[in-house]
Amino acid sequence: MKFTLTWLKQHLETEASLEAILDKLNAIGMEVEKVDDPGKALAPFVIARVISAEKHPNADKLRVCIVDTGSGDPVQVVCGAPNARTGMTGVFAPPGTHVPGTGVDLKVGTIRGVESRGMLVSERELMLSEDHDGIIDLPEGAPVGRPYAAWAGLADPVVEVAVTPNRPDCLGITGIARDLAAAGLGRETTPAIEPVAGEGDCPVSVTLAFEGGAPLCPMFGLRLIRGVRNGPSPAWLQARLRAIGLRPINALVDVTNFLTHDRNRPLHVFDAAKVRGDLVVRRARAGESLLALDGKTYALDETMCVIADDAGVESLAGIMGGEASGCTEETTDVLVESALWDPLNIAQTGRRLGVNSDARFRFERGVDPAFAVPGLELATRMILELCGGTPTKITVAGAVPDARRVVAFPLAEVKRLSGLTIDDGAIVDTLGRLGFEVTGAGPVRAVVPPSWRPDIEGKADLVEEVVRITGLDQIVSMPLSRSPTVAPAVLTPGQVRARNARRTLAARGLVEAMTWSFVPKSHAEAFGGGQPELALANPIASDLSDMRPSLIPGLAAAAQRNADRGTPDTALFEVGQVFRGDRPDDQKRAAAAVRRGTAGLAGAGRHWSGAAPAVGAYDAKADALAILEAAGAPIDRVQVTADAPAWFHPGRSGTLRLGPLVLGHFGELHPTTLAALDVEGPLSACEIILDAVPAQKPRPTKAKPALSLPELMAVSRDFAFVVDRAVAAADVLKAAAGADKALIERVGVFDVYEGKGIPDGAKSVAIEVVLQPRERTLTDAEIDAVGKRVVEAVGKATGATLRG
Amino acid sequence: MTDTLAPDTDALKHDLIDRIQAAADEAALEEARVFALGKKGVVTEQMKRLGSLSDAERRTVGPALNGLKTEVTAAIEARRAVLAEAALTERLARERLDLTLPVRPGPLSAGRIHPVSQVTEELTAIFADLGFAVAEGPDIETDHYNFTALNFPLGHPAREMHDTFFFNPKPDGSRMLLRTHTSPVQIRTMETTTPPIRVICPGRTYRNDSDQTHTPMFHQVEGLVVDETATIGHLKWVLEEFCKAFFEVKKVEMRFRPSFFPFTEPSMEVDIRCKRSGSEIRIGEGEDWLEILGCGMVHPNVLRAGGIDPDTYQGFAWGMGIDRIAMLKYGMPDLRAFFDADARWLAHYGFRPLDLPTLFGGLSS
Repeated sequence: MKFTLTWLKQHLETEASLEAILDKLNAIGMEVEKVDDPGKALAPFVIARVISAEKHPNADKLRVCIVDTGSGDPVQVVCGAPNARTGMTGVFAPPGTHVPGTGVDLKVGTIRGVESRGMLVSERELMLSEDHDGIIDLPEGAPVGRPYAAWAGLADPVVEVAVTPNRPDCLGITGIARDLAAAGLGRETTPAIEPVAGEGDCPVSVTLAFEGGAPLCPMFGLRLIRGVRNGPSPAWLQARLRAIGLRPINALVDVTNFLTHDRNRPLHVFDAAKVRGDLVVRRARAGESLLALDGKTYALDETMCVIADDAGVESLAGIMGGEASGCTEETTDVLVESALWDPLNIAQTGRRLGVNSDARFRFERGVDPAFAVPGLELATRMILELCGGTPTKITVAGAVPDARRVVAFPLAEVKRLSGLTIDDGAIVDTLGRLGFEVTGAGPVRAVVPPSWRPDIEGKADLVEEVVRITGLDQIVSMPLSRSPTVAPAVLTPGQVRARNARRTLAARGLVEAMTWSFVPKSHAEAFGGGQPELALANPIASDLSDMRPSLIPGLAAAAQRNADRGTPDTALFEVGQVFRGDRPDDQKRAAAAVRRGTAGLAGAGRHWSGAAPAVGAYDAKADALAILEAAGAPIDRVQVTADAPAWFHPGRSGTLRLGPLVLGHFGELHPTTLAALDVEGPLSACEIILDAVPAQKPRPTKAKPALSLPELMAVSRDFAFVVDRAVAAADVLKAAAGADKALIERVGVFDVYEGKGIPDGAKSVAIEVVLQPRERTLTDAEIDAVGKRVVEAVGKATGATLRG
Repeated sequence: MTDTLAPDTDALKHDLIDRIQAAADEAALEEARVFALGKKGVVTEQMKRLGSLSDAERRTVGPALNGLKTEVTAAIEARRAVLAEAALTERLARERLDLTLPVRPGPLSAGRIHPVSQVTEELTAIFADLGFAVAEGPDIETDHYNFTALNFPLGHPAREMHDTFFFNPKPDGSRMLLRTHTSPVQIRTMETTTPPIRVICPGRTYRNDSDQTHTPMFHQVEGLVVDETATIGHLKWVLEEFCKAFFEVKKVEMRFRPSFFPFTEPSMEVDIRCKRSGSEIRIGEGEDWLEILGCGMVHPNVLRAGGIDPDTYQGFAWGMGIDRIAMLKYGMPDLRAFFDADARWLAHYGFRPLDLPTLFGGLSS
């Protein structure tokens, strides 16, 4: 909402400075977004008279002028303008002035041997116009010595404030003036409106035709003014409109635009000669259309409200008039409309048609219903004043709805919500200044909001009114009560897991990324997603269309982007939400890690100590297990099965399970998946659903189990087995560990070999078995016996033979 | 035969010591030892001949030979020590490494935490100290939780200002949406919690808007306090304490401006005093005001929607952008870079894995 200071002062008598007004606007809830004060830059430019203008002794086209600047001795200025002449009045800038049009700071100079102390300026140099044919030539009698901008009316600051959607009344300058006056910044001076006595009835009748349906127009007022002389509006009105960024059209239209901004009262004017028959306000019919005043044709339907005559639709109600019945300079009889519209319907229609207009903006927020008729009277007065003519009486279809309501207001509510102590009298007084009627006595008062405040519903709204006008800065900070005990932990187990997973992955050299929650449909589908309920109806871009079923596609694409930027080896992770469906329970907390190129745990790229190898499925497995451990999973009970989802390489991936629970997957991506993501490998990935990890049972004590350190030395024996290539190492280990559960402490693989000396299709798996005697030292015979059982057990489970 | 009976031990000593001193390595030294003291060594041979000497001769020659043997033995040991020292010195020189060669940095040097995660932990540390828990809710919301329960009237322009992402309508006409703010978590928290309530709700939010300062996805943190006595005065205190702690400055100056949000009444926007120079913003000094958050007293309709009686309970709420306050504190110029996963940006603006924000150790290092 824009206004000029002068315009505001038409409604507000105040001694306050611009700065004080701006501060108060901020303080009462109208955020000042911009202030354009042209007078500030033009302040040094004063009106001056050229006492004499003689030809420059050394230059034909220059003149040496002696200038009376209104203060001190006359000044000598060298001037190149063809219109510089003795006796003229112009605009002078002394040395030191910043000339906005040229960006130059004036200095005392010598031009062709003659000293020049200042400058006579053109309109372009003041950025007032493009005119640079000569210096500004002011009429005789312009007061020498006065600041030019103030004299010429160019110094009127333009203020732009953000009006919140609850305050449509401040979309009129009168509303802003009222609030400022209530806040103690002056006195409201808006004059009362005197009705215009019309001659005869309006010959055009209006029917509100909403049989049975919702009345989209509660009230419609119309008046004909005959014999107007339309034409350009007077300079003051044009200047006002231009100052707030509007283009003057003609007097009739300019009056409606003026009152829209002055009073928050949008109006419409029809050229009566172009209206056929009477007016009907109704829903549009399918197939109807309107060429509107913005030059565009809008296709209408029955959800929209229109004003029609015998020829069809003439105006899109409350939003924009039609081109056909618009007023031009030829208009002699004008129909002036002032109506009330259903705000919801205006908003919907405006949105559906994509029309933004000052009228729509106001009607959808809510105009003052009680002002519909007075607004029409005021418009009539202005038109009569500017264009002459003879008005008829006003015809009103429908009626102004009674929106009067009473709010029971316990005055103590101000203190209860704000903490601020204000005495009852001051509360009542403040509300009164804002136009509220306050009646009754005692602790609870009856408050009737003014007709222009559709936002006031209850007592909290009244507290806001009192507090904002009194000043939020009056409220003193009050410490919130603190717990008398040590603060307990506040994170949920899920939050703790996410945090631990994040720090663990970062500690493994991975960099945390935050990628979009939405991915291209093809990426979602490649990872088991793409369900219709997870596709956005209005995505911001076609490649941000579907909620992600996995963090991996976003991370893989990010790794590729980095590769394209010259960083081929990246290790990225993300801890965040993935979506299985659109219900709250379908959103899961996941942790995923992606390594590309050679970005393994030990570092990436070439190095004198040895180049890092390409990443692979084992890197992904290590990351996955690290996440699980961080999330508190019982890591020694987690199993790996070779049935990862289809987006993984079938032979280089695994699923991590805990009994029947699937915790996540890891591996290298399927070549088809990489192609679908447009990503080049090598690339390893893992994803753990943190929510799938079972919660740890609460324990009565934090004590760790007792540590029992055996006194006897452990004994280690190595076995090299030859097994079929398809046999899983885990099965070998499991069989070996089970050979003597009492004695065998742990088993591990220390070598896997295929090639010379091993039959085709087989591999050698060398394991170490550690025996821990508990009571006495083992004899060689006992150790050999265990060894024998290990060989038997592994052989039985996997068909392994000892390597010869 | 006198010369053989009374050997010239001095000359012999000099000869042997010279040989020992001349030994350049362990092998040459052993050779010199054998020559002198071996089974057939010159000293050994002389000793063997002692028996053939007269008592008188033996009394002089014997001690002389023993003396010679002791001296030679000592010389050999001394020489051996010198050689061992030299060998060690030579070995050490040989083992010398070029330690200017760069080592591979460890994973802790390479890993990074995203600024949004770090700042969220900073917020959590501050508010946990004030007794706030961390509440969460789904990103995919219903119209009820995102708008209606938050007192957005149907069709109200405030709804339209949210640039909502919608999903396709269901057969019953309802449609899910991506939450446009974290405020739905207020309702979900009120529905499941009996006051007093103190929570913060950090999370992802979405609006169909994109330019240098807007991304279609961003992060917000909501705060909610509901009890029987909470006032704007308390709200002011919480926000002032938060800003001091978060920006790690001794004082802040805040300006509360009346504003409008459907879910609070009275509603306010809050500016913080700051000084800008380039990309750096200093909080708590200077002449500029920077808008950092919106807040207000929870609207009675919102309390009712959450199942709380607004005549018994009252409260306040605030919301601010996590990305935005991260930018203010740490000086990132462009919001869009937050979600681009550029490894260079993350390495520069990210935090080290063990930079854990705590109140006892300081939020940032």
